[in-house]
Amino acid sequence: MSEPLLSVENLHVRFATRGGEVHAVRGVSLHLAAGETLGVVGESGSGKSVTAYAITHLLDRAGRIAEGRIRFAGRDITRAGRQELRDLRGAAISMVFQNPRAALNPIRRVGDQIADALRAHRDLGRRAARARALELLEAVRIRDAAARLDAYPHELSGGMCQRVMIAMAIACAPRLLIADEPTTGLDVTTQKTVMELLSALIAERGMAMMLITHDLGLAAQYCRRVAVMEQGRVVEEGPTAALFRAPRHPYTRRLVAASPTRHSTVADLVGEAPAPAAPPPAPRRGEGPLLEVQGLCRSFGRVLAVDGVSFRLAPGESLGLVGESGSGKTTLSRMICRLLDASAGRILFEGEDIGAIPARRFHRAPQRRDIQIVFQDPNDSINPRFTAFQAIAHPLRRLEGLGEGPALRARVEAAAARCGLPLELLDRFPHQLSGGQKARVGIARAIATRPRLLVLDEPTAALDVSVQAVVLKLLDDLRRQDGMAYLFVSHDLNVVRMMCERTIVLRLGRIEEEGPSQAIFAAPRSDYARELLAAIPHFAPDEQEATA
Amino acid sequence: MSEALPQGPLRRAARRVGIRLLSALPALFGVLVFTFILMRVLPGDPAVFFAAGAAGGQAEIEMVRQQMGLDRPLPEQLLRYLWDVGRGELGLSMTTGQPVRADLLERLPASLELTFSALFLALVLALPLGILAALRPGSPVDHLVRFLCTLGVCVPTFVSGLLLVYVFYYLLAWAPDPTGRLDVFAASPPGITGFLLVDFALVGDWEGWRAAAAQLVLPAATMALFVLAPLARMTRASMLAVLGSEFIRTARSLGLSGRRVVLVYALRNALIPVLTISGIVFSTMLGANVLVEKVFSWPGVASYALDALLASDYAPVQGFVLLMAAIFVAVNLLVDLLYGVADPRASVA
Repeated sequence: MSEPLLSVENLHVRFATRGGEVHAVRGVSLHLAAGETLGVVGESGSGKSVTAYAITHLLDRAGRIAEGRIRFAGRDITRAGRQELRDLRGAAISMVFQNPRAALNPIRRVGDQIADALRAHRDLGRRAARARALELLEAVRIRDAAARLDAYPHELSGGMCQRVMIAMAIACAPRLLIADEPTTGLDVTTQKTVMELLSALIAERGMAMMLITHDLGLAAQYCRRVAVMEQGRVVEEGPTAALFRAPRHPYTRRLVAASPTRHSTVADLVGEAPAPAAPPPAPRRGEGPLLEVQGLCRSFGRVLAVDGVSFRLAPGESLGLVGESGSGKTTLSRMICRLLDASAGRILFEGEDIGAIPARRFHRAPQRRDIQIVFQDPNDSINPRFTAFQAIAHPLRRLEGLGEGPALRARVEAAAARCGLPLELLDRFPHQLSGGQKARVGIARAIATRPRLLVLDEPTAALDVSVQAVVLKLLDDLRRQDGMAYLFVSHDLNVVRMMCERTIVLRLGRIEEEGPSQAIFAAPRSDYARELLAAIPHFAPDEQEATA
Repeated sequence: MSEALPQGPLRRAARRVGIRLLSALPALFGVLVFTFILMRVLPGDPAVFFAAGAAGGQAEIEMVRQQMGLDRPLPEQLLRYLWDVGRGELGLSMTTGQPVRADLLERLPASLELTFSALFLALVLALPLGILAALRPGSPVDHLVRFLCTLGVCVPTFVSGLLLVYVFYYLLAWAPDPTGRLDVFAASPPGITGFLLVDFALVGDWEGWRAAAAQLVLPAATMALFVLAPLARMTRASMLAVLGSEFIRTARSLGLSGRRVVLVYALRNALIPVLTISGIVFSTMLGANVLVEKVFSWPGVASYALDALLASDYAPVQGFVLLMAAIFVAVNLLVDLLYGVADPRASVA
């Protein structure tokens, strides 16, 4: 075997922090041949991004390569000087980042930014650079490229910004492209087009790609080889299909198990034997729906975010709301949990029109106890000055009027215990808790008042897959025990399929398709639902064919 | 398309300017009424002050009072004043005997020239200092900048002004006699704009230009020292924030040169908040000028207003406050317009 394009040997990276040194990467070795695709997967804190930034020397000021060697195209670049790095970056190794809009200069036209990337390495005049930038925009398949040259990043969609970023990255024909979570935060259909563009470009130009991602499905679909990282180490590495079919390391096994697939159940994710009993609580006969929504509309200015949505939710039922950004799913859920007023339409909760109560006064309505919310980001949705106990006690104090005392303590501890939150953590502040623990606090707070309807707004979107698996299992168990109804908002179709009996597909504020989840997933009727389903990166370790 | 594009934003900008100016009118009116009433509430009778000079009899005071219209009821006085202001007349100054408008117009260029030069000087010093400090946070350079800034803020302008005079005029004799805008024996340029530096440059009298500049350096430096801190600190903070942002990382990852990253990518973004601060600083300086104008006998509007205030001379004080309010509105508007040019995102919002 000839020398690989990139080889990383025994890399150690340390960060100097206020609390002492953090050893973020501990002896990583990776090899990448010319034209090869390598996926680096792992959860947050695994050191995958730090490894990438160490290769291009883009670590924060506090970080340094403590040990190890990085060789690129036969040259040792571990201690490359400033000039050497300038020649390397963009021309030999380039990067594509997460959050494309922030990765572009907000006050510079995208055409100029691409021209900057070109002129950093090529001796091009202004007009030649601009002409070349136009070619690049066409190469990344931006429609109406000539007009987009003069656009600012805020005038483009997230997917288009990422295409611009890719155009900049390939501008000087580098041999290696490092893509750091390039599609995180983009819609599934956008993710699909961006990833397909990326893999087509690198194949056509013979570039190698290192894809850093938390999404096993993405790595499985677009990489020939995968390295799994945990706590700064590569725990397992090998050809994608073989590795995911028969993971050897326990961590890989956990990760594979926790990643939702087309057929998995919630019990599968946490690696339990499928629980026997607990069928979904059957809607009691003769009772009306718990929630009924009739012709709900909401406009923001001239934009109609929700456009005449009607549905029913039976007591104890779980209903999924899926759709891409701009589909109105968040607006709809905010209106139902009465944080936002509707422009038109009715919201009936047990036959009473709660939509008539203005959102700013709903906190005094008796139904506030019955409709509770679990928010998307566990970090930002808990008051940083409240301990976990205070956070969970807050709705009990406000909505049930419980005063300080044993009764309150008992209720808070019961809620925490049901959410699997150790009682000794109750005195901690949010910053002293992990992401998963904060998610549990958020759920405990929501169920503390024993609501009848829980609105879950992407409750696991900010969590790692293994934590997501545990939280989903918890939510599923709670529902079966309490007979709560769920309105489950998510962009992750697999999660919705597992959690909900019925699913509504939203698009541009309207219901595109509605029906039993299994049926929608097995045979979608609308084109849009079909398109959405097709866009999910196909992760099926058992039947994995080497598609890459 | 190339024809349609420039017209749209221009017309929108013009519309915005119009709306802003209209919405400033109530504020200006409020300032007018407030100063009018304040002047009447303050102790001191201008009629007594001005009549006491010559004969000082009761009859004479009454005559002056009638002449000034002070014997009328207050609402009527206010209406008359508003009527005058509406016609562009600001009344007569009892101290100088001139119309207030003429006085202000004559002195305003002196104040503006001083303030502009000081702001320019401050920016020329503060921007590099802030950038240097941001590029090496925690280094000796950073600490030195912090020290200079602290010094600039905590020394009052009349102290630093006198100190500069002591060192550069008395000890070193580098600076000319620190009184006024021009040496008494020097020939002043024809009054074209009132800005001496501009007027001298227009007629090509470079010796006179140098003399005027020499007179200007010390007072401008005094003012500049005073506002160095907010500008340098703001530059440093905003530069640090921008240098840590993701698009800077992108620029580095593409191999752009260090100079280009700092000057084109970082600095242009970092200057946006500095622009806002500069507007505020400029307005503050115009008002805070009075001490510097007094120390350097600078014939500006602020010292003129102070003299009038001490003499209970209503009209000049009212005119001065109105002028300051108008300048404040204009500066804010200018900053907003520049902001729209500097940040394409602002024009959308």
